[in-house]
Amino acid sequence: METETVIKTKDLTKRFENFVAVDKISFEVKKGEIFGFLGANGAGKTTAMRMLCGLSRPTSGEAIVAGIDVYHQPEKIKRNIGYMSQKFSLYEDLTVLENIKFYAGIYGLTDKQIKDKSDELVQKLGLQNQIKILVKSLPLGWRQKLAFSVAIVHQPKIVFLDEPTGGVDPATRKQFWDMIYDAAEQGITIFVTTHYLDEAEYCDRVCIMVDGRIEALDTPYQLKKSFNVDNITEVFYQLARKAKRAGD
Amino acid sequence: MLFGVPVVQIVLFGFALTNEIKNSNIVIVDNAKDMASQQIINKLASTDYFIIHKELLSSNQIDASFKSGDIKLAIVFPLNFNEDLTHTNHAQIQVIADASDPNTGTTLTNYVTGIVADYNAQFNKDIEIPYQINQEVRMLYNPDLKGAPNFVPGVIAMVMLLVCVMMTSISIVREKELGTMEVLLVSPFKPILVIFAKAIPYLALSIINLTIILILSVFALDLPIKGSIVLLYAVSILFIITCLSLGLLVSTGASTQQGAMTLSLVGMMLPTLMLSGYMFPIENMPMPLQILSNIVPAKWFYITIKDIMLKGLGVRFIWKEILILFGMTVFFLFLSLKNFKKRLE
Amino acid sequence: MSTITLNNITKTYNKKTVLAVDDVSLSIEKGELFGLIGPDGAGKTSIFRILTTLLLADKGTASVVGLDVVKDYHKIRGIVGYMPGRFSLYQDLTVEENLNFFATVFGTTVKENYDRIKDIYEQIEPFKDRRAGKLSGGMKQKLALCCALVHKPEVLFLDEPTTGVDVVSRKEFWEMLKRLKQKGITIMVSTSYMDEATLCDRIGLIINGKILSMDTPDNIVKAYPDKLYAIKSPKMHQLIRDLRSYDGILNCYASGEFIHFSFKNEEKENESQLKKHLQEKGQADIVLKDTTPTVEDCFIKLLGKQDGNGNSNKDKGPN
Repeated sequence: METETVIKTKDLTKRFENFVAVDKISFEVKKGEIFGFLGANGAGKTTAMRMLCGLSRPTSGEAIVAGIDVYHQPEKIKRNIGYMSQKFSLYEDLTVLENIKFYAGIYGLTDKQIKDKSDELVQKLGLQNQIKILVKSLPLGWRQKLAFSVAIVHQPKIVFLDEPTGGVDPATRKQFWDMIYDAAEQGITIFVTTHYLDEAEYCDRVCIMVDGRIEALDTPYQLKKSFNVDNITEVFYQLARKAKRAGD
Repeated sequence: MLFGVPVVQIVLFGFALTNEIKNSNIVIVDNAKDMASQQIINKLASTDYFIIHKELLSSNQIDASFKSGDIKLAIVFPLNFNEDLTHTNHAQIQVIADASDPNTGTTLTNYVTGIVADYNAQFNKDIEIPYQINQEVRMLYNPDLKGAPNFVPGVIAMVMLLVCVMMTSISIVREKELGTMEVLLVSPFKPILVIFAKAIPYLALSIINLTIILILSVFALDLPIKGSIVLLYAVSILFIITCLSLGLLVSTGASTQQGAMTLSLVGMMLPTLMLSGYMFPIENMPMPLQILSNIVPAKWFYITIKDIMLKGLGVRFIWKEILILFGMTVFFLFLSLKNFKKRLE
Repeated sequence: MSTITLNNITKTYNKKTVLAVDDVSLSIEKGELFGLIGPDGAGKTSIFRILTTLLLADKGTASVVGLDVVKDYHKIRGIVGYMPGRFSLYQDLTVEENLNFFATVFGTTVKENYDRIKDIYEQIEPFKDRRAGKLSGGMKQKLALCCALVHKPEVLFLDEPTTGVDVVSRKEFWEMLKRLKQKGITIMVSTSYMDEATLCDRIGLIINGKILSMDTPDNIVKAYPDKLYAIKSPKMHQLIRDLRSYDGILNCYASGEFIHFSFKNEEKENESQLKKHLQEKGQADIVLKDTTPTVEDCFIKLLGKQDGNGNSNKDKGPN
């Protein structure tokens, strides 16, 4: 059974003057996969993600996202993906409902679709009593859950999540990952970066970046086996230790 | 604010700020008190250019009036004006103008000479041998009508404002924004010291700037400095400190660097530009604005600097303005210290 | 006399519309390494700011080494070390310059107290001429710690020092804290990483301004009311749904490579019945075992008990 490849990169590189932020990374992601991207700050995760989102032009190498070449049609990519980051997800001065409608509109849904989707979302999240509440009054965890729902409101092929669960309480984090699972079941591919290494375990495959290069790429189970350790933290630890020798 | 500021500007520029000179205080020393002088005086009075004070002043007294800034122009009619005119066909009027602002000086002089010439021509319509009224014009303080003495003090004021108010306030607010202020507060370091430590570099910088501007102006622009340079520096440093204390006040009110910048530019520099007398003479503004201009520190600085540079005046004449500046400084400092937050909320 | 105390501290913001700290009391003894654990918005930073005299509480009293935070704020500010949430260093100054600056502000020199910061400073010394803004997250954090320690404080307040820092640096940082504790310094740390909780002497679990539990990590774990199980299978996504559909299960959620759950009632046949149910659902190769609760499990349990707190923070099932 051939599953469609939704992201494919080959020797993807991003250079800023003398500094190589992303160094010839190559990988493939299949439809419906939950693909985890791990690495220290400055390892190149965010830069890589921006290239895949069509936000940053690569210096060299290839990247095809949702069947679209990132060099030629970066704008088209944006219509086929969803994006959510820890720093910004929703407009805090707008209400829950206004945010949903706004983003649905941006992603090109028709009025009827917007209405249907809004109702559906609100039901799913149990926010019926909160639709008129300003987002800034929602607790952080709920904001992130809402932001995720909004990011996939247009059923994109891929959704990019940049550290979505930072600082959120553990119960809500779990619920968040439930939502990610569901989205994956529906065929949406999830590309997620995180600092929480236990979340690496929830991914189908994990990619660990160090100094702009991919140092490990496999299922969590295989990674633990090949490094002969119990958990992903140890894997990461061993890889990161190696990088520290190169100096900060 | 996006709507308010443009509206205010249009209103101000349209109605209040004008380069036209009206209602200038002038003194007419009418030694003749005869028909001709009276007629000329009436003509002058019928325009709205002048507010006429008729007094018999000696030349020393005229001098003192100019020095104190009470009058912008003086006209002196000699004793036998009418007689000279009718018997010898020519007479002399003396017109003395304060040219420390060359624009004002020339404009007022032109008004007078124009009106007198007009009278002259009218008079001559009915007679065969033309009369001639000579006007001896003297431009005080700035005979060459140089522009530099006018705008250099304005430039100095602007630069001080920019550096001392805007940069100082931004520098302090930056600490708040970045979070280093938080750490500084939780230390034995007294908050007052933080403020002073921020202000002192800008004080030094401003003095250097002042020196550069003066050197350039004197040598490249032929700026005259008739008065004492020591006094010049003293007054300038006082103004710098006034601006610094304004900067401190702004910093207590703003929580972001952008806020500090906006407050400095719109709240301080804009009014200074318009109401200090630098670009538009204050006397020509409607009364409410004239009153408002009194709280603009730069106005007082501008007056003192010009008095020192062009009129060569000493402390005796400018103590009032110095006192006002000093009072403002103390007031701003007091407010800043009161508002400075020892805590974060 | 406890080194740090909070008595019924309440703090609101925004004209009392936001309740940040809700009647919190705690005391920390000399030489303790105390962790305040909770997610963003729990009230950790507010508590820190009240203790470091930067904020005034609405109600309640607090003291540090016996000094009142309101009346003796100036004295407290001279003797504590504080690392606020963001890296509050001067980005344009070098490592060495920052350190000298903070030493001077506290009326001392780097030389005088070098022994206090030696272990940590040695790690960043090779970069002493580099601007603080150009350091990596882990290095900035070490520098900030040095600057907080350079005046030999007896009490250290560290507000989320490991947030946003890579895992290796985080581990090293905690090792440094342990060594400092051995020198008799009282340390109060906050973090949102649950796994760091086990490294503290005592912890306080906080959310929505309330402390849910305060004790040693061991005791908190021991106080977990139910028996906790861990289960996994090759079909994890489905497993969660299968578990949720099973009547006897109380509260299950993913935790690392396993799913943690408890049974509603403890009965002997629970495990075998569950396995049967799962096999019927098409699951195979099921691994089911007892497991010791982690601090995170305790947190989730305590959170779940906190229902009726007026917002939608209840543990709802997925869709």
